[in-house]
Amino acid sequence: MPLPATALAELATIAARYPQARSGLLPMLHLVQASEGRITPEGIEACAEILGISAAEVSGVATFYTMYKRKPVGDYHVGVCTNTLCAVMGGDVIFERLKDHLDVGNDETTADGKITLEHVECNAACDYAPVMMVNWEFMDNMTPQSATQLVDDLREGNEVRSTRGPKICTWREAERVLAGFNDGLADEGPAAGPASLVGLEIARERGWTAPESGRRTAELAPPSSPEAAAEEADTSRAESETKVDESPADTKHVDNPAKGDEAK
Amino acid sequence: MTDLLTPVLTDNWDAERSWTLASYESLGGYGALRKALADLTPDAVIEAVKDSGLRGRGGAGFPTGMKWGFIPQDNPNPKYLVVNADESEPGTCKDIPLMMASPHTLIEGVILSSYAIRANTAFIYVRGEVLHVVRRLQAAVQEAYAAGHLGSDIHGSGYNLDLVIHAGAGAYICGEETALLDSLEGRRGQPRLRPPFPAVAGLYASPTVINNVESIASVPSIIDHGAAWFASMGTEKSKGYGIFSLSGHVKRPGQYEAPLGITLRQLIDLAGGMRDGHELKFWTPGGSSTPLLTAEHLDVPLDFEGVAAVGSMLGTRALQLFDETTCVVRAVLRWTEFYKHESCGKCTPCREGTWWLVQILAALEQGQGSEADLDLLLDQCDNILGRSFCALGDGATSPISSSIQFFRDEYLAHLTHGGCPFDPAAATVFATAGATA
Ligand SMILES: Cc1cc2nc3c(=O)[nH]c(=O)nc-3n(C[C@H](O)[C@H](O)[C@H](O)COP(=O)(O)O)c2cc1C
Ligand code: SF4
Ligand code: FES
Repeated sequence: MPLPATALAELATIAARYPQARSGLLPMLHLVQASEGRITPEGIEACAEILGISAAEVSGVATFYTMYKRKPVGDYHVGVCTNTLCAVMGGDVIFERLKDHLDVGNDETTADGKITLEHVECNAACDYAPVMMVNWEFMDNMTPQSATQLVDDLREGNEVRSTRGPKICTWREAERVLAGFNDGLADEGPAAGPASLVGLEIARERGWTAPESGRRTAELAPPSSPEAAAEEADTSRAESETKVDESPADTKHVDNPAKGDEAK
Repeated sequence: MTDLLTPVLTDNWDAERSWTLASYESLGGYGALRKALADLTPDAVIEAVKDSGLRGRGGAGFPTGMKWGFIPQDNPNPKYLVVNADESEPGTCKDIPLMMASPHTLIEGVILSSYAIRANTAFIYVRGEVLHVVRRLQAAVQEAYAAGHLGSDIHGSGYNLDLVIHAGAGAYICGEETALLDSLEGRRGQPRLRPPFPAVAGLYASPTVINNVESIASVPSIIDHGAAWFASMGTEKSKGYGIFSLSGHVKRPGQYEAPLGITLRQLIDLAGGMRDGHELKFWTPGGSSTPLLTAEHLDVPLDFEGVAAVGSMLGTRALQLFDETTCVVRAVLRWTEFYKHESCGKCTPCREGTWWLVQILAALEQGQGSEADLDLLLDQCDNILGRSFCALGDGATSPISSSIQFFRDEYLAHLTHGGCPFDPAAATVFATAGATA
């Protein structure tokens, strides 16, 4: 099936973000997946035509990167990190359990077309091991129980939220964001998960700062006790909240993050 | 005396909506940019970064200011800044939380750094597998344009900069800087022959600076507080602060920002110790490509020189900690499978060598083979290390040779035991929680 006209137009928009159009190929292939649910021969042709290169060249790129899929992907791509750290901490057990539970092998999709299961490499979240990814959103500190619950919820259409992000969207919607079309969900989820903050919390408790740190911490006198530190940290947080409220926090996000680039 | 922990990059991560421009600016953000555009020439910014002693935070530790100084300003081609946000080295997990919590720290750093090297176009190449981080970066760039921090004639200075967020598509090798450039040009991510170095012929064969996220994110603080302030932290040749990422069998895994030179003993202590009833067995100082260390090395200063002196590398400060329930052979096999999978295939020692390493290790893990296979493994490592086209191949040998050095007996135990003598369930997090697997 040829790509819809809107998708073709968007492919051209992506190429136009870059000083040299071919740099757009990776995000363009993400967009092909968003539109078609996988990398199709027609998608490859379309990219080749826009960039003025051969389909073989595009194909060579598409096959190099693991995020590009030749076979249709389910609504939810479920990744289990089985690189060493996560594997040892329980990722191997989780992956085995899910294969069993879903009755699929690695890189296979359930019969209902909902879930594609794959083991993935270190996803830069080792402090939350064992880690899973659903449509490339973080699912931190998993157990075999929470993992099976997660996939059951996904299959039943229950709302699932990333531990550090929004409600899970579909794989195709995720691919669209990776192509550079922001979905306006950046403000969902926390600033940081608990593990990201452990060192900072200890520093706050003990009144440790960088020397004469000019930003926020400089305004705090060294606290005498952990309680005092906590109190002061609370105050400063409250102050910063107030400031946030006063400023125009909800700047509009338009679809194309490289807008300024286009405008030039 | 500097405090044990020195939050700078992580300092605003607990602020409400820390990822927004409003929050960042309310804490002084973009102050360094205004100061630089008003008072500092590009060369003065380069000087400040040189004087600070900042060394690359992406693993190799190359002096950042010196790298910027290599950009030939008489070259008529456009100059480019490319931020390496591919963060895929196993164990490394600092850049992703930084960009999630405070994308504007990075963006302010990008603008300052681009100004310094006279680039008018910059890219952040972020690995594709981190959707929410990509969203936060996109939204932050949008906000920065709207506020006039990006675009043309930034704050009336006459300086123009465009910044593109570029998502990768899953390939560890694209973290290698020249492979990253090929990938950013829309090709398969395979390393390039050097020289020419990217500073001379990088993106589109034009002068290009490539730096790690944390390196670039450190620049605003240097401009804000001065090179001497930055250099007052850390050790003689490893200046400043850095994010240390603790993961594995420790009570409180997570991010700890400290001056370079802190020790693992101090960090584990802050993290509440190893999990109850267990002790440290082996660890990586800077990701899986840095040779393993053991409990013997708890007091090694974690700076570039200190870790090198005990035969490993500081790398990315990715401290993966494993206790005595972990089978080192299993751990090393899994990493080796990773390198085999991620080898780009360009050169024979790595493409073929990593395949052979997996064959032999897998057999040993199953209790098959003989003691002579350990020497065979070391011999193969010898043929890969220093003979590969890029550092991926070299890195693949690190876990193997270091584990044989420290745990030869454990390999042999697999042979006498006819398989792995460890119970993998005991190493899981749920083992301590009392749950069954
Ligand atoms: C296989 C391989 C993977 C790498 N991955 C990364 C990475 O994900 N992020 C990074 O900053 N540097 C990575 N590097 C190091 C880069 O090649 C380069 O040294 C670094 O980005 C330079 O930035 P810095 O000087 O600021 O550290 C990798 C190197 C190799 C050989
Ligand atoms: S060492 Fe490995 S990754 Fe590097 S060029 Fe050779 S085959 Fe590719
Ligand atoms: S090893 Fe799983 S996220 Fe790093």
